[in-house]
Amino acid sequence: MPAGPVALVVVSHSARLAEGVAELAAQMAPDVPIKPAGGLPDGGIGTDYGAVLAACEQADAGAGVVLLYDLGSARMTAELVVESLAEPDRAVVADGPLVEGAVAAAVAAAGGADLAAVVAAASGAEPGSVAAPAGADGEHTVELELTNDVGLHARPAAVLVRTIAGLDAEVSVRHGEQQADARSVLALLGLAAAKGDRLVVSARGPDAATAVDRISALIRTDFHG
Amino acid sequence: MGCETDGVVAALRAAADVVVAHRDELVELDRVIGDGDHGENLRRGFRNFVAAVDRSTPETPAAVFKLLATTLISTVGGAAGPLYGTGFLRAAATIGDAAELTPETTVAALRGALQGVVARGKAEPGDKTMVDALTPAVAAAEAALEAGADLPELLTAAADAAEQGAESTIPLVARKGRASYLGQRSVGHLDPGARSTALLLRAFADVAVKGS
Repeated sequence: MPAGPVALVVVSHSARLAEGVAELAAQMAPDVPIKPAGGLPDGGIGTDYGAVLAACEQADAGAGVVLLYDLGSARMTAELVVESLAEPDRAVVADGPLVEGAVAAAVAAAGGADLAAVVAAASGAEPGSVAAPAGADGEHTVELELTNDVGLHARPAAVLVRTIAGLDAEVSVRHGEQQADARSVLALLGLAAAKGDRLVVSARGPDAATAVDRISALIRTDFHG
Repeated sequence: MGCETDGVVAALRAAADVVVAHRDELVELDRVIGDGDHGENLRRGFRNFVAAVDRSTPETPAAVFKLLATTLISTVGGAAGPLYGTGFLRAAATIGDAAELTPETTVAALRGALQGVVARGKAEPGDKTMVDALTPAVAAAEAALEAGADLPELLTAAADAAEQGAESTIPLVARKGRASYLGQRSVGHLDPGARSTALLLRAFADVAVKGS
């Protein structure tokens, strides 16, 4: 079975952009291998096939690699690298916004998500799949007010996703008419919940009560948990 | 009469010369609707190929194309690397271990190259890309083959069609690549990728004609 978390490789035309994205994503997920692969060997703008290949081989901790890219030709280079790996099944090129996708993927990988789930997180493809009506059998629900200054911003959203990682429960967060999968940083950010807004947290499944308790504790302590 | 390994190397060296000679033109075309690196990137890739072929010449036509493909992929740095690289890799795959290119295998190689470029870049005819030069080139080569053309005639037909195809990109709105961000502002400009495809095919045709 996979040894470490799924790794990320950031493929960019610019070395500094790749390094910056890797730096930002690593802040959310310090234990996830994240390798920047940007720019040409001479420091110019472009994508370097050899550097991307080396980054994939170095980053893979046993659970596979997700490659994120900035622009179209970086995607083509990333695809060529995946095709040329000894085990092409262990690497996937993810479509999605580079910065948000890298952060979402890193948080998912830190939570122990498998390759497919990290790809889904990177591409923002996780649907708000929890649609149980309030009060349904086995559902745990709590309504809370956001009291931290920045609201459900990137870092709080990432902390929220992490706090329920590994729990066996379907968890959703509702803000007014909008509902988000609580395992998706992108979906949570999409709620645009600010300080003073009220959120309804709902969970179903064996660990539903624990999930709701942990999120409640997090929100009540302004995400200092 | 076919084209053996030496002929393929001669054609690709000629293509490298053409790329170097047209470096500024390709840079200028790309500067207007792209990132301005197409000419420099291709020149770097072909110069590296010439250096590699100077060190040791592969034994078969397919091996020469494979060497060009891997060199372009690893040294071009822009979209042309994966696109031409995949195209020449597919061409090599269709040729197999044949000792010489015949009109039949050349058409198959061109068709394979087109399929590779389309698979890699996901562009369709009309998107204002190299596909707009390569698609009519393959069709013209196929028609020439059916009409009984030899290799120089067949490649000349392909080059003529590629040049017309490249010219046809001028009024188009770019839908792929960096130029697509410009939308309507890409209208009125020749696509640099289509232009370089036409240049390469013309170089191949000229070598075939001279050698015949």
